Amino acid sequence: MSGTLHSISVEVNGVRREARVPARLSLVDWLRDELRLTGTHVGCEHGVCGACSVMLDGEPVRSCLMYAVQAHGHRVTTVEGLAKADGSMSVLQDSFCETHGLQCGYCTPGMLIAAQALLDANPDPGEEQIRDAIGGNLCRCTGYQPIVDAVKLAAERMRGAK
Amino acid sequence: MSVAEKSPYGYRYIGAKRRAKEHPRFVTGRGRYVADIALPGMKHVALVASPHASARIVAVDTKAALAMPGVLYVLTGEEFCAATDSLAIGVDAPKVTRWALARGVVRYAGEWVAAVVAESRALAEDAAERIDVEYETLPHVIDPEEALKPGAPLVHPAHGSNVLYHRKFVWGPVEEAFAKAGHRIAFRATWGRSATVPIETFGVAAQWDAGTGILDIWASIQMPKYPDQTARALRLPGNAVRVHYDVDVGGSYGVKRGIKHTVLVGYLAKKLGVPVRFVEDRLENMRGGDMQGPDRFFDMQVAFDADGTIRALKIRAVDDVGAYAGRSPFQLGKPVTAICGPYAIPAVEYEPTSLMTNKTPQEAVRGFGQSPTNFAIERAIDRVAAHLKMDRVELRRKNLIRKEQFPYTIPSGSTYDSGDYHAVLDKALAAADWPALVRARDDARRAGRLAGIGVSTCLEPSGGNSAFEVLFNPKVENTTWMDSCLVRVDLSGAVTGVINNSSSGQGHESLVSTVLGEILERDPAGVRVVRADSLTALPSNSPVGSRMAVMLGGAAAGAAKTIRETLIRIAAHNFECSPEDLEYRDGNVNLKGAPEKRLTWDQLVEIAHRKYHKLPPGMEPGLQAKFTWQVPTGGGLPTPDGRIQIYPCYSFEAHVVFVEIDRDTAKPALRKYVVGHDCGVMINPDIVHGMTYGGVAHGIGAALYEKFSYTEDGQLASGTFMDYLIPSAMEVPGVKIVDHCTPSPLTEFGQKGSGEAGYLGGPAAIANAVNDALAPLGAAIDTLPMSHLAIWEAITASRRGTPP
Repeated sequence: MSGTLHSISVEVNGVRREARVPARLSLVDWLRDELRLTGTHVGCEHGVCGACSVMLDGEPVRSCLMYAVQAHGHRVTTVEGLAKADGSMSVLQDSFCETHGLQCGYCTPGMLIAAQALLDANPDPGEEQIRDAIGGNLCRCTGYQPIVDAVKLAAERMRGAK
Repeated sequence: MSVAEKSPYGYRYIGAKRRAKEHPRFVTGRGRYVADIALPGMKHVALVASPHASARIVAVDTKAALAMPGVLYVLTGEEFCAATDSLAIGVDAPKVTRWALARGVVRYAGEWVAAVVAESRALAEDAAERIDVEYETLPHVIDPEEALKPGAPLVHPAHGSNVLYHRKFVWGPVEEAFAKAGHRIAFRATWGRSATVPIETFGVAAQWDAGTGILDIWASIQMPKYPDQTARALRLPGNAVRVHYDVDVGGSYGVKRGIKHTVLVGYLAKKLGVPVRFVEDRLENMRGGDMQGPDRFFDMQVAFDADGTIRALKIRAVDDVGAYAGRSPFQLGKPVTAICGPYAIPAVEYEPTSLMTNKTPQEAVRGFGQSPTNFAIERAIDRVAAHLKMDRVELRRKNLIRKEQFPYTIPSGSTYDSGDYHAVLDKALAAADWPALVRARDDARRAGRLAGIGVSTCLEPSGGNSAFEVLFNPKVENTTWMDSCLVRVDLSGAVTGVINNSSSGQGHESLVSTVLGEILERDPAGVRVVRADSLTALPSNSPVGSRMAVMLGGAAAGAAKTIRETLIRIAAHNFECSPEDLEYRDGNVNLKGAPEKRLTWDQLVEIAHRKYHKLPPGMEPGLQAKFTWQVPTGGGLPTPDGRIQIYPCYSFEAHVVFVEIDRDTAKPALRKYVVGHDCGVMINPDIVHGMTYGGVAHGIGAALYEKFSYTEDGQLASGTFMDYLIPSAMEVPGVKIVDHCTPSPLTEFGQKGSGEAGYLGGPAAIANAVNDALAPLGAAIDTLPMSHLAIWEAITASRRGTPP
């Protein structure tokens, strides 16, 4: 029953968070409602739209399809954890601004998570690989083109910086 | 596409590359959407929805739910409908009443019957499951053709008919043209029920302050007259409702008009004395949220001559708006302003019927009914070309309004401000490399593949005016759809623009800061744009109808010009000269020919704020200006035969699409997509291009994938993203946009509006491309969406020799 609470310990954006949560609490509800990390958005709650994407141990996952208890012992990165250490925008975040890779901003955190996970694994992705990586994230504003452009630009800039 | 660092129009800031002011907060997760608003002590709502398409509510048993821990209240339709007024309706149909909770009967599956308020959404949902509603089912009607028949079940028996609105307009000598024309065709085109389906569902939070008597509302809203309608339905004075517009809206494209949600939550917050929030889940959004779109068939007739000259159109349009009406019948009204497309067609008959069935109600969708109409017109153009064995592009060139004909008045009464449609079409064809495209198609066909090219040309009426209201409902004499801006220059010299609406991604903060910067000659980066609440706001009609570049841009420019004139007057008074002797540069004012004789921005601001003795006699101290602007060309009433100027500015677009269809799976793939677009001067090209890309993607959805399907017993069969298919990055191809600029003579900078581009001509062009691909088989599809299955059936039927 929802009355029973379970202890969890999760590293969220580099900070260890301890909590007692009901088994049925989804990861996204815990992040948003309990930790007030409201950058992660809820779009469909059935795992299709990708707006709630976060990284779990570096891999993008749907936080609406996971329970908070399942994150116990894992590392979670949300959009709030993508910025540079000094709080300024990451190369990818800045690139989204540059190419107008967003409009309403609602799918954007999930897009950033999916794209950052791609760039972490592949510093020089082609257009098809970028489209594949964001293929599980729906956007109604941009038609995807400026998002693809943003990821390309970020990859270029990150390679240039190395 | 990349945008030039410098303005191509010779402006300082307008038209130059400029990052949107809004972006940093969104990419860092610092947006503030309605679901992020957590009020102390806030309670949550869950709903009980009807499982039946049509039924009488016999009894509602709430005892078990109320006994559950954490449950505060259960609201039924009986209480709610007695305590609030029916929501406003656009057309003259007073018996078609509508509340957020059903009153005695349910008229569609998913209609809300009861609302539970609990400590958390989860507890509220648990309790909603324990509410027992007894129904007695009633006859229902789902098919619009059936709903039109005498004896059909009536959705609203008190109204006496399923028809909400019907009129036959005849503009020009239609019958004469049909009698004299050498050729005529007739066909039906059908637009499937889809919508914009934003990734954020609708949500609203409300808090009643018994001390002040004010109901505060935060909502993901895009709706004109929203505070007024909320107050009216709650039987409150207008100044008792305060809507906070500083809420980021996660996409709307027309549909975010949760007036029923708002009245419900507002009532609960006031009744219970606690803050209450309701955020739709996905199924509530798609089913009971009342945000589905046009569902329309067109019976088209075209009269034309052997040389391709189109003499007249007859359009019968039947739109199924579902079980209730808000503004949805008006979605047949706006297309009156572009009823013959971008073509010089001298006579048109238009017979719109707005019809009710037992389906989810319809809401405004991007283009407000224009995209379906464009689809029908553009299918007609391609069919005329096929009939005459004439080139589709040549036929369009022959009938497009020519640039020397502007200002051009169409038969239904709208005068078009400016345009060069041939130039835009030619640019799009050149960018697509039309001869290469034709070769690619023909090569594919020779190799046994199915390939087709589609073209569409259409208008994007902009500057959103509501003149279709007075056309469709003579009892409503609403002839202004103003918008406003307040500009403040504070003591530090910083500029702040105050706007009066929420935004759902259109970049209004970028728009206003750029316009203020342009007029005041100050860097837009330092201009702040904030949002009033509805009690401090100036009049606005919200960002609908591609209106904000024209209307908010115009209002901001008007207010900024007043500030500039004020500064010049202050300088003239202090220099004891005439304002004509002075010039304004970078915010400073100097004597013409004597740049050293000047008062700086900081000095002028200081005088305005502190030195009354240096102000011209009678001038208001401080430094602020407001401007409220009437829609240019607006204000008129229709003629008895229904001619009226509807929108002021007319943008234009031409689409060229190349599609290949897999013969075995019928899967279509868009291999090339070009849009030529002219919306006059673009204030921020990235923002215009962005919305156009998004419009194309949305059009791909409407053309090929998206449909709210209903079973025969009235159940929504596509209430998730696994069966209502939104195009992903894998379905939407790279799109090339080619700009053209024909300035509007009606606006400050020559801008027209945009926001519906891409969606307005996309479905038409894709339908034409698919039909071009199917033509060698003798197959045709005039029904959207052209799903894989529909295409497969067309291919299969052609193989059997029985085209559908």
